[in-house]
Amino acid sequence: MFLLTLASLLLVVIMGVGLYLKSEPILSQHQLSDLLLSSEWKPMKNQFGFFPFLMGTLWVTMLAILIALPISLLMAMYLTEYARSYVRKYVYPLLDILAGLPSVIYGVWGTLVIVPWVSNVVAPHFVTYSSGYTVLAGGIVLSVMILPLLVSLFIEIIGNVPDDFREASLSLGATKWQTTKYIILRKTSPGILAAVVLAISRTLGETIAVLMVCGNLAIVPSSLLNACYPIPALIANNYGEMLSLPLYESALMFAAFILFFVVLIFNLLSRIVLHRLNTSYQ
Amino acid sequence: MKRKYIEEKVVHLLMIFSVLTVLGFVVSVIYSVFQRGIPSLSWQMVSQLPGGGFYIGKEGGFLNAIVGSVYIVGSATILGLVISIPVVVYLNVYLSASSKFGYIVRLVYDILFGIPSIVYGAFGFTIMIFFGLRASLMGGIIVITLLIIPIMVRSMDEIAKNMPHDILESSYSLGATKIETIGVVMRQIAPAIATAVLLSIGRAIGDAAGVMFTAGFSDSIPTSFTQPTATLPLSVFFQLSAPQIEVQNRAYAAAVVLTIIVLILSLLGRFISNHFSKNKV
Repeated sequence: MFLLTLASLLLVVIMGVGLYLKSEPILSQHQLSDLLLSSEWKPMKNQFGFFPFLMGTLWVTMLAILIALPISLLMAMYLTEYARSYVRKYVYPLLDILAGLPSVIYGVWGTLVIVPWVSNVVAPHFVTYSSGYTVLAGGIVLSVMILPLLVSLFIEIIGNVPDDFREASLSLGATKWQTTKYIILRKTSPGILAAVVLAISRTLGETIAVLMVCGNLAIVPSSLLNACYPIPALIANNYGEMLSLPLYESALMFAAFILFFVVLIFNLLSRIVLHRLNTSYQ
Repeated sequence: MKRKYIEEKVVHLLMIFSVLTVLGFVVSVIYSVFQRGIPSLSWQMVSQLPGGGFYIGKEGGFLNAIVGSVYIVGSATILGLVISIPVVVYLNVYLSASSKFGYIVRLVYDILFGIPSIVYGAFGFTIMIFFGLRASLMGGIIVITLLIIPIMVRSMDEIAKNMPHDILESSYSLGATKIETIGVVMRQIAPAIATAVLLSIGRAIGDAAGVMFTAGFSDSIPTSFTQPTATLPLSVFFQLSAPQIEVQNRAYAAAVVLTIIVLILSLLGRFISNHFSKNKV
């Protein structure tokens, strides 16, 4: 039992080392700054610039958080501070369903609903033509995917604030919203930040859904109505041909390593903050 | 009316609006998939293998993907349980609640839980190349097992952590050893095991990025561990990218099958944790 437990610790290390060793060839041939900041992606000509993919990931992720954060925060506040218990009884299964749906289903939904909506309703106001496979579509789909995670984390964090604080505030004549705004929000702000970081790391790794709705053009997006090409989509799309060139494979493994590294750091920090917060009132 | 009461009303409305938005998303996702997929869903789809001209719109179904998913998810779930139950028992029976090692292990499982499946897939792929393996049923099983172990450990540990300590102590006071006490613990966390299994099946059956590299795709049902295997999410994904409308229809039909499976799993999971859980959380 001890060995099994220890083995799981080692798995993280092995994954990190394994992916790093695989990306070693490309790191030894190219400068790290070139890889990260160049926009030229021509594997056949030995040019591997990850900048478009990094920016694509960044745009989609930021947009998803911008959409999901207010909705999930309001919803979590409503469920913990305002709603009666029977409302919760009906809303929780909905969150379960959202959390459980596979990302390929979100991709199908994105192509059926969001992409045509962007193409027919949103885009005509701003540009002459857009296929709909854009940063905007990707951001919307991703925001829906992280909603259940954010809401359940927020509910847990807000639920940990002792009732004494609420009662003290209410007894001074504050309204419920004033209590929520000045007491709950202030008390939970480190936790909310941690939850957002956790949600960011979730969106960074989403593959199939973004692959289906983002358009996959290796350009640096300059508006919400441009196509983009996030890193996971890059890995998933090219694994078939990557074995043709040794450096190509190494480049994709380097992309996986970036993802692994960023997600590892984000998770580590936010989990430690959340753990501190959850035990601070006990 | 005072300003604070107006603010209260506005925020309350916004909150209800946000809940309704989420409700709208759920309905929209499920409705759009069903509305597009159900007309193309037929018995032939779920009971037949792809025929000769399947990918140009001729006859056949996606039984290969259904069976492939069942093989991978079934084996991975069993393997995952075999590995994760001892870990949970070790964390909760052998380590004390304040153990530093226990804290680190839980932290690592949280991190493993957060690592995207595409990274698991890429990692699995490098390992398979290292051992000279090709995309195969076995590769898929290994990656999915790695993917679901953190889910299982976390959800079982969540319940086991809150188990009253008196139970362990009364078992010890009767002269039972730690090994014998495991039986008592297992009885306590039985509903958690069921929920963990359902959660992992849901996650495993919907995962596409992990199996894309490692299990590959195939039109037939695998007969050995070394053959490539089709899975439902990949079958949706690949058929959707085909130009023919008939093939795309199949993708939507497969998406309906996948959605129904996941819906049943998540409702069942909620039901079990509501009705059989001893320590309500």
